[in-house]
Amino acid sequence: MKKFNVRDHEIVPEHVIISKKDVEALLVKYSITKEQLPKIKSADPVCKEIDAKSGDVVKITRNSPTAGKSIAYRLVVG
Amino acid sequence: MTKLKKIGKIKFGLLSPQEVRKMSVTKIITADTYDNDGFPIEMGLMDPRLGVIDPGLRCRTCGGRPGECPGHFGHIELAAPVIHIGFAKLIKKILQATCRKCGHLLLDEEAKKKYQDEIKGLKKIGRSTDYLIKDVFKNSVKIGVCPHCGEEQKNIKFEKPTTYMEEGHKLMPSDVRDRLEHIPDDDVELLGIDPNNARPEWMILTALPVPPVTARPSITLESGQRSEDDLTHKLVDIIRINQRFQENREAGAPQLIIEDLWELLQYHATTFLDNEVSGVPPARHRSGRPLKTLSQRLKGKEGRFRGSLSGKRVNFSARTVISPDPNLDIDEVGIPLEIAREMTITMNITPQNIKECKEYVRRGADRHPGANYVKRLDGQRIKVTDKNSEELAEALELGWKIDRQLKDGDVVLFNRQPSLHRMSIMAHKVKVMPNKTFRLNPAVCPPYNADFDGDEMNLHVPQTEEARAEARILIAVEENLLSPRFGGPIIGGIHDHITGLFILTRGTTLFDENDALELLRKSHVRDLEKPAMHENDKPYWTGKQIFSLILPKGLNLTYRAKACENCDVCKKSECKMDAYVVIKDGRLLCGTIDEKAIGAFSGGVLDRIIKEFSPAEGKKFLDNATRLAIRAITHFGFSFGIDDEDIPQEAQSQIDEIMMEAEKQVKRLIEAYEAGELDALPGRTIDETLEMKIMEELGKARDQAGNIASQHLGLENSAVAMATSGARGSMLNLTQMSTCVGQQSVRGERITRGYDGRTLPHFKKGDLGAAAKGFVKSSYKTGLCPTEFFFHAIGGREGLVDTAVRTSQSGYLQRRLINALLDLEVKYDGTVRDTRGLIVQFKYGEDGIDPSKSDYGKSVNVRRIIQNITGQDPAEV
Ligand SMILES: [Mg+2]
Ligand SMILES: [Zn+2]
Ligand SMILES: [Zn+2]
Ligand SMILES: [Zn+2]
Repeated sequence: MKKFNVRDHEIVPEHVIISKKDVEALLVKYSITKEQLPKIKSADPVCKEIDAKSGDVVKITRNSPTAGKSIAYRLVVG
Repeated sequence: MTKLKKIGKIKFGLLSPQEVRKMSVTKIITADTYDNDGFPIEMGLMDPRLGVIDPGLRCRTCGGRPGECPGHFGHIELAAPVIHIGFAKLIKKILQATCRKCGHLLLDEEAKKKYQDEIKGLKKIGRSTDYLIKDVFKNSVKIGVCPHCGEEQKNIKFEKPTTYMEEGHKLMPSDVRDRLEHIPDDDVELLGIDPNNARPEWMILTALPVPPVTARPSITLESGQRSEDDLTHKLVDIIRINQRFQENREAGAPQLIIEDLWELLQYHATTFLDNEVSGVPPARHRSGRPLKTLSQRLKGKEGRFRGSLSGKRVNFSARTVISPDPNLDIDEVGIPLEIAREMTITMNITPQNIKECKEYVRRGADRHPGANYVKRLDGQRIKVTDKNSEELAEALELGWKIDRQLKDGDVVLFNRQPSLHRMSIMAHKVKVMPNKTFRLNPAVCPPYNADFDGDEMNLHVPQTEEARAEARILIAVEENLLSPRFGGPIIGGIHDHITGLFILTRGTTLFDENDALELLRKSHVRDLEKPAMHENDKPYWTGKQIFSLILPKGLNLTYRAKACENCDVCKKSECKMDAYVVIKDGRLLCGTIDEKAIGAFSGGVLDRIIKEFSPAEGKKFLDNATRLAIRAITHFGFSFGIDDEDIPQEAQSQIDEIMMEAEKQVKRLIEAYEAGELDALPGRTIDETLEMKIMEELGKARDQAGNIASQHLGLENSAVAMATSGARGSMLNLTQMSTCVGQQSVRGERITRGYDGRTLPHFKKGDLGAAAKGFVKSSYKTGLCPTEFFFHAIGGREGLVDTAVRTSQSGYLQRRLINALLDLEVKYDGTVRDTRGLIVQFKYGEDGIDPSKSDYGKSVNVRRIIQNITGQDPAEV
């Protein structure tokens, strides 16, 4: 069977692992601990694709009809 | 932020008989409550050690006063074990899954080991083990011979509510308990029970906890007689039977009698826990009222969870029937004088208001804006009466408080159930009125979804300055003109408001000075503009001019009204329907005002005024527009009668012809179908094709008939005026009344079922014709023939069932959504977080837009901006 990369699908938003430094900045910006971020499973197809491991933080850039681009962050768990 | 306390863990388990005895302050042995002198009997149900409820006494256990003492449990030693009704089903499952002799789970060691490991694994990662436990039960029941002791298993049948039969032999609760006792702890775990907190045999009651008196307080009636709580009554029953059982057994009564008493004890224990078990007649009060026992206190809408914890009753509220008053402002609410006198606002006396307060107190409780109570600094509350009003008014001091009656201008919250969106509660200004109903401007009916066929509404009076400020700033009607659901106005003109302005602004209707001023009498407009024309030296104004007077200066708008027929090339200002609306600098130059201008949900003019000027301007416009509309409609007069459905003879014969033609066409289709000449449409069977074609044919016939009818019904017809302006009804409604009701359907198909091979015995079997399958040729005016009437009832019923099902389903969905989302909050940094500070969205709605401040869901209306800057609509260039 032909495999395809989920990230190539147009409705799958862009996921990027962000650096330790950026994570620090993010946590300071929202004055939160890592656990207060929304979560994403390491078993999520996108996480497998970008090789995100438990403890990483991914930046998700979605297309929005009203906001143009909308940015969210998720903590990789499990 | 307040520091949140985290719940470490919650443990669920069963009380063992030992625990019951340990937590008990006394054994209860006598069913009597009070002795002849009215003192509670020791070791009775009202034993003073169980807690205190009578003021002035102290608890014999903890020494606390009423309110301090939480109450203390007692217990009853049951003479024989009984089944706990809440676990009856589980007991059955456990009995079936375990050996009748050795008590082991009927799985062999290997299978047990496998399940044990899996369960351990799942528990470690905090997952549910439910499906595994289910599996254990399912597999164990199937096994016929115990793999541990070789005992042959017998079939156990459970007879509701509490009887277990083993191949015709009844298992007494004591037998059941023996068996459950034998189950080893390791096996208990496989049954989904934690043996440290709940042994299965504890599901059989041997010692019954007696709830403290604080949980079942008795009340003293006016006659001085004590009336006991339902739970106490039930406990009395249990103790009586328990005693009798004991006496009979000690006296060596025959087995039959013992079993009867045992059964009775079981009944009382069951109904004590749950008085609504199926198959058990509910225990009743002497009056015949079923007792409210433990389960009933918790369950359902009025139960502890939904009734007392998630919902509470409040003071300072009123409820009555609503009725309309178009002369009120949209943000006012008319309140009956009687209610205004009863409801109060607490005023703190300050140097600024002491004079005013004195006046209220002087007026007393009987002369309307008066005061009902005065609260002194020492906390004493004094009722203001005729006699003491003067004296109290003089005695008023700074820092005291008075309960002032509601008066005009106060803010109150007004609400109608079901409160499905935030506009279901809005803040109105009080207007005290005679009579007994709440009055509101019909323009605010849409957000409340109210009508006046007997609807009742609630009213709440905010009691603090903060609450009143919040009501004024956030909850006021003015602030809720736009719905956050679609970013357009949800409050707007309805019914007569729309019809009124429609007939006022349509074409060029002329009014002399007197009429023009009369129309504007109730609006805020005081000056007329230059008249449109003079005749015999008398000035005349057009309806459009009069309407323009209530529009704010500087409003520019161009759109097509509801009556627009979407011609290929729009004739614009030459439109014969007068549907091309142009407003320049607050003047209606052409076009007709209708639902698309001022209607709730779709009012474009209203929407523009609110967004480009202010909500206050919008409110003012709506107040003026509704008053002008009502004056206009009363000026012209507007009515609808049965003769409005009359159509000329020639039209009628045309319609009859169309109907006959349609029936012929249907007959032809059926013949083609029967001769096998009908070609199936792609993806359809022949039968489906026939059905579709017949439906299409009949639908077409009705539409054609409707068109003919409407050609003969012009805008001078009230129903047509209402339909084209969008005030009420549609052309279809009118067609159904005057021409032909049309096909009745169930689930989108013609009616097929009902009788053997046909819909009704009036037709031949297999008849596929129009009439036999629910086509109603008659109109509502001519009346329906019996078969048509029956089909109509069938079609109508479907609609009713649909609404009933939809409301219950969406209600449940709503409840679940609310419970899931209720404490999410948009923080100052724009994030949406829950109470733990966990981020749900980084920006509200991912775009940070408040939909009620948006333009129909869009953050900016580019077209509008261009139009405002260049003065030209980009679409028109
Ligand atoms: Mg109603
Ligand atoms: Zn106590
Ligand atoms: Zn066995
Ligand atoms: Zn047009």
